[in-house]
Amino acid sequence: MLDADFFRRWMTATAASVDRETERLTALDSPIGDADHGSNLQRGFTAVTATLEKEAPGTPGAVLMLAGRQLISTVGGASGPLYGTLLRRTGKALGDAAEVSEDQFTDALRTGVDAVMQLGGAAPGDKTMIDALVPAVAALGESFAAARAAAEEGALATTPLQARKGRASYLGERSIGHQDPGATSSALLIAALEEAAGE
Amino acid sequence: MSDEKLVGIVLVSHSAAVAASVAELAVGLAGGGTTAAVAPAGGVEGGGLGTSAELISAAAASVDRGAGVAVLTDLGSAVLTVKTLLAEGDELPAHTRLVDAPFVEGAVAAVVTASSGADLAAVEAAASEAYTYRKV
Repeated sequence: MLDADFFRRWMTATAASVDRETERLTALDSPIGDADHGSNLQRGFTAVTATLEKEAPGTPGAVLMLAGRQLISTVGGASGPLYGTLLRRTGKALGDAAEVSEDQFTDALRTGVDAVMQLGGAAPGDKTMIDALVPAVAALGESFAAARAAAEEGALATTPLQARKGRASYLGERSIGHQDPGATSSALLIAALEEAAGE
Repeated sequence: MSDEKLVGIVLVSHSAAVAASVAELAVGLAGGGTTAAVAPAGGVEGGGLGTSAELISAAAASVDRGAGVAVLTDLGSAVLTVKTLLAEGDELPAHTRLVDAPFVEGAVAAVVTASSGADLAAVEAAASEAYTYRKV
């Protein structure tokens, strides 16, 4: 079972990972985006960890709802509402249970990913965060390690795609050959699950 | 006329300068008499480019006169942030609507229409209709 501490560790591990990879995310966002993905997410997740420490929400759902709220408030770019919606909808789907099973979490995360697809209008293959998140949710039923591998593979697989959503879509064919920064940061988020579980 | 409840307009851009200038342009073109309340919500706190949920919420609250609020955006995170705030339910005044319209032309149409005392649906229709004005 996964408790509020697990979800706090997930957010803390994501923040640390985003911190380590800030420059790489911004470098990926430089040729096809507006070169702020790393710094935007770093600002957002720094706010997430600070707020979780101060307010100490007691249930998995409350942790994710609060984290999502912080991202919407502080990121400043499109990743704010997108990641914010992902975490808030996932948290809402978990309800106010003190502990949730891995299967319940998988179902809730699928709800969150669906909400992101609806908000941004992106489908798999559009060269977005969805290309890492959809395979991750599909593999999550197996293990956190499998989800991590699937998300990383999904992020790498965005390189030959032409962007159809967001700032990169203005580049048309010139977006081909670059790994998507949003799919890359989504892979960091999923990889942090394994770390939170201590696996 | 002074106590008339007019639809409020919020202009969300990635740039504070763009939002403020378009607001000034729209109010200027709306002419004399009573003008609907217009608030720019451009850039992020601190002046950089981007979208601030806090600035949007504050702008919407500041123009709310009880007749609804029409929000116009430029692109990307501006659109997504407003949609997200609307989905949250309690972040924006009741009867706030994201209007699908070109930013500059839509803002002028929205402010002129709102200033005439039109309701939210009419303001939305006028702003959206700006998409159909071809230039060549």
